[in-house]
Amino acid sequence: MSRKIVIEPLTRVEGHGKVTIHLDDQGEVVQSRLHIVEFRGFERFVQGRPYWEAPVLVQRLCGICPVSHHLAAAKAMDVIVGAGTGDGLTPTAEKMRRLMHYGQIFQSHSLHFFHLASPDLLFGYDSPPETRNVIGVIMANRELATQAVLMRKYGQEIIAATAGKKIHGTGAVPGGINKNLSIAERDVLLKGPHPMNADAMVRYAQGALDFFKDYYSKHKEFIDNFSRFPSNHLSLVRPDGALDFYDGVLRAVDADGRKILHDVECQDYLAHIREEVRSWTYMKFPYLRHLGPEKGWYRVGPLARLNTADFVPSPLAQEEFEAFRKVTGGRPNDMCMHTHWARLIETLHAAEMIRDLLRDADLQGSDLVVRGKREAEGVGIIEAPRGTLFHHYRVSPDDQIVMANLIVSTTNNNEPMNRAVNNVARALMTKAKEITEGMMNAVEVAIRAYDPCLSCATHAYGSMALAVSLCDASGNVIAQRTR
Amino acid sequence: MPKIVAFTIDGKKCQAAAGTLLVAAAVENGVYIPTLCNYPGIPPKGACRICTVRINGRLATACTTRVLPDMEVLAITPELEEFRASVVEILFAEGNHLCPSCEKSGSCELQALGYRYRMRAPRFPYAFPKRGVEAWHPKILKDHNRCILCKRCIRGIQNAQGKSLFAFGKRGDRLVINIDPETSRDASDDLVRLAVEMCPVGAILRKGQGFDVPIGRRKFDRMQIGSDISPQGGS
Ligand code: SF4
Ligand code: FES
Repeated sequence: MSRKIVIEPLTRVEGHGKVTIHLDDQGEVVQSRLHIVEFRGFERFVQGRPYWEAPVLVQRLCGICPVSHHLAAAKAMDVIVGAGTGDGLTPTAEKMRRLMHYGQIFQSHSLHFFHLASPDLLFGYDSPPETRNVIGVIMANRELATQAVLMRKYGQEIIAATAGKKIHGTGAVPGGINKNLSIAERDVLLKGPHPMNADAMVRYAQGALDFFKDYYSKHKEFIDNFSRFPSNHLSLVRPDGALDFYDGVLRAVDADGRKILHDVECQDYLAHIREEVRSWTYMKFPYLRHLGPEKGWYRVGPLARLNTADFVPSPLAQEEFEAFRKVTGGRPNDMCMHTHWARLIETLHAAEMIRDLLRDADLQGSDLVVRGKREAEGVGIIEAPRGTLFHHYRVSPDDQIVMANLIVSTTNNNEPMNRAVNNVARALMTKAKEITEGMMNAVEVAIRAYDPCLSCATHAYGSMALAVSLCDASGNVIAQRTR
Repeated sequence: MPKIVAFTIDGKKCQAAAGTLLVAAAVENGVYIPTLCNYPGIPPKGACRICTVRINGRLATACTTRVLPDMEVLAITPELEEFRASVVEILFAEGNHLCPSCEKSGSCELQALGYRYRMRAPRFPYAFPKRGVEAWHPKILKDHNRCILCKRCIRGIQNAQGKSLFAFGKRGDRLVINIDPETSRDASDDLVRLAVEMCPVGAILRKGQGFDVPIGRRKFDRMQIGSDISPQGGS
C-alpha cells in the first residue's frame, strides 16, 4: 500500500506551509511537494486604490521584511510619477532609501541566522526540538545570542530613523522620501554607546562569519552536501556587476556560470520571466522565458546573489566573498547550506554600507522628491533579504491602480524549495517505515535555508505546531504524529 | 463690547461673551469638549453628536448651543464619555476605516478619538459597506469608504462664487458626499489643500501627494487630541 507523509505546519519558517511525501507500494519516494495553503490576494485588493498608497499598503504583506515591499512599490511608483528608474531620485532620497534597505537586510539576515538557522547548526537537526530553538541558542552561547538580539535591534533602529517606525513605516513616497536624517539621528546610529553603533555592528557581523566558518571547518561534509543540487541563479546586479540590493539590472547565470540573462532592464522583466501555474498549489513557479519551465527555473536569495555578482562593493565583505568564491573555484556555488554563509557575507556588507552611508552628508539634504512626466506603468525590483522581489503596476489616468503583479522572493524560490524537499525525502525517507523527528526536521532544514517567508509568498500566517500524518494512496490518514 | 456671561462646566467657573458657541467658550476657558463634525470658523451642524453635554440636566450638542448666563454644563462625565466612545466605535464600524494604509493616519481626528477612548475589540458589528473611490477630478480624490458624513467640506469649502465644491448624492443610509463637477472645476491648489485639512478623516485627498508628512511629525503623533486645550481632557 502506498503512503503519503504530511509534515505541517513547518516550524520556524515565517508563515504556513506543509510538505507531503508520497511513497509507493515499495516505500520509494515517488514525489514530494511543498504546499502553500493560503492566499491573501494583495494584487486584487490594491486595485482601485490611489497609486501613492501602494508602498504603504502592500508592505502589510509581511511583518518580517515590509521594507522590501515598501521600497519595491515605491520604485515602481517612481516610474509612474516620471522620476525615472533608479538614477532619477535626489541623492538624499536614494541614500535614505538605501540606508533603510541595508537596515532591513541587516536585521532580517541577523534574525534568520541566529533565531531560525543557528539552532540547527549549533545542535544538529536531529537533536531534540526542546533544545533546538532560540532559547537553546541562548543557553549554549550567551554571547552569540546577545549579539543577535542587538544586531536585529540596530537594524530596526535604522529602519525607524528612515521610515518613521520600526515596522510598517512610511518613508518612501513616489519620487523620493518624506524625511532626511537629522544630525542627532545620525549620531545615535553612527556613534551610539557600545555596542549600538556602526563599528560594533561591523565587528558583530564579522564575528557571526567566524562562527559559521568555524562550524564549517568541523562539519564540512554536511554543509557541502546537504540538499545540494545544481540550478540557475538570478538577482539584480549593479550595471558594473557589483552586488546591489537596491537597484540594478537583472542577471542570471546557469550552473556553470554562463550568463543566461544578460543584465536586462527591470522594466522589461516580463519579456524574460514567466510564471507557471500548477494545479496543486496557489504559489506559481517562475522561470526564464527563453529556457522554458523545465530548464529556466532559478534560485534567488543570498546564494544566488553571490553567484551572479562579480564583486562586493565594500572591502571587508569583498575579502569574504573572495574566500567564498574560492571554494568552488569561481564557479557558481550550488551547496544549499552555503546559503547561510552567503547570508552572513551579505550581513557584513550591509553593516559596512550602513557605516559608509551614515558618514555621507547627502543624508542631511533637503531635496527629497522629484517628479516628471506621468507614466501609466511601472516596475520596481529590489533584492529583498530572501531574494529578488518584483512589483509591477498599471495606473489609470485617474491615478487608480488597475493592475498589480507581485512576484515575491519565496515564489521565485518555489521550484528550488520543492527540489530541495524532494532531494532530502529521497535520501532519508526511501523505505522508511517510520518518520523520525530527525527526518521531518531535515526536510525543514532544507526549506529553511531559503528562508522562505511563507506568510509573504502565500500571504498567510499559521501556527508553529508540527503535525505529521500518514495517508494511504486514497488519502486516508493511517497514522498521525504531532509535537 | 459684548456682554460677558458666567457659567460653569463640570463645576469650573467660566466666562465668555454672550452668544458664544459652547464648544468655543469651553476652549476659551481651557476645557476640551470632543468634537468631530464641528470646525472652527464654519457654521455648526450638529451632525455627529459627539459633543453632547448636559446643560441644566438636558442633553444638548455643545457645538450648536450658545452660552447663557448661569448655565450649568456637565461635559466630561462617565455617562457622556461612554456615549462618545460608542459614537466613535459606531463610526468605525459603519465605514471602511483601514488605518494601516490611510495617509491621514496620525492626523485623523476619528483615529485620534479612537485612541482617546481606548477603542479595542469591536462592540458593534462591522458593516463593511461596498463603497468606491471617486477619482475623476484632476486634483481631488474622494474616498467614500472613509467619509463619516460630517459635512465639514460642504459647509467650509466654497469656490469664488460662494458655491460649495462638494454636494450630496443619494439619500438615507446611502447618502454620499460627491465632488461637484461644476463648482469644483477651477479649484485652486490652496483650496484643495484646505479641503484635505478640513476633512477630519482621509476621505478627501490631494492627488499624487500621499504620506508626505513623516511619522513623528503628524498632528497627533506627539499629543492626544484635545490635550492642547486641557491636558486630561475636560477641565
Ligand atoms: S468628505 Fe470629509 S469633510 Fe466631507 S463629509 Fe466626508 S468626512 Fe466630512
Ligand atoms: S461636533 Fe457637535 S455634533 Fe458634531
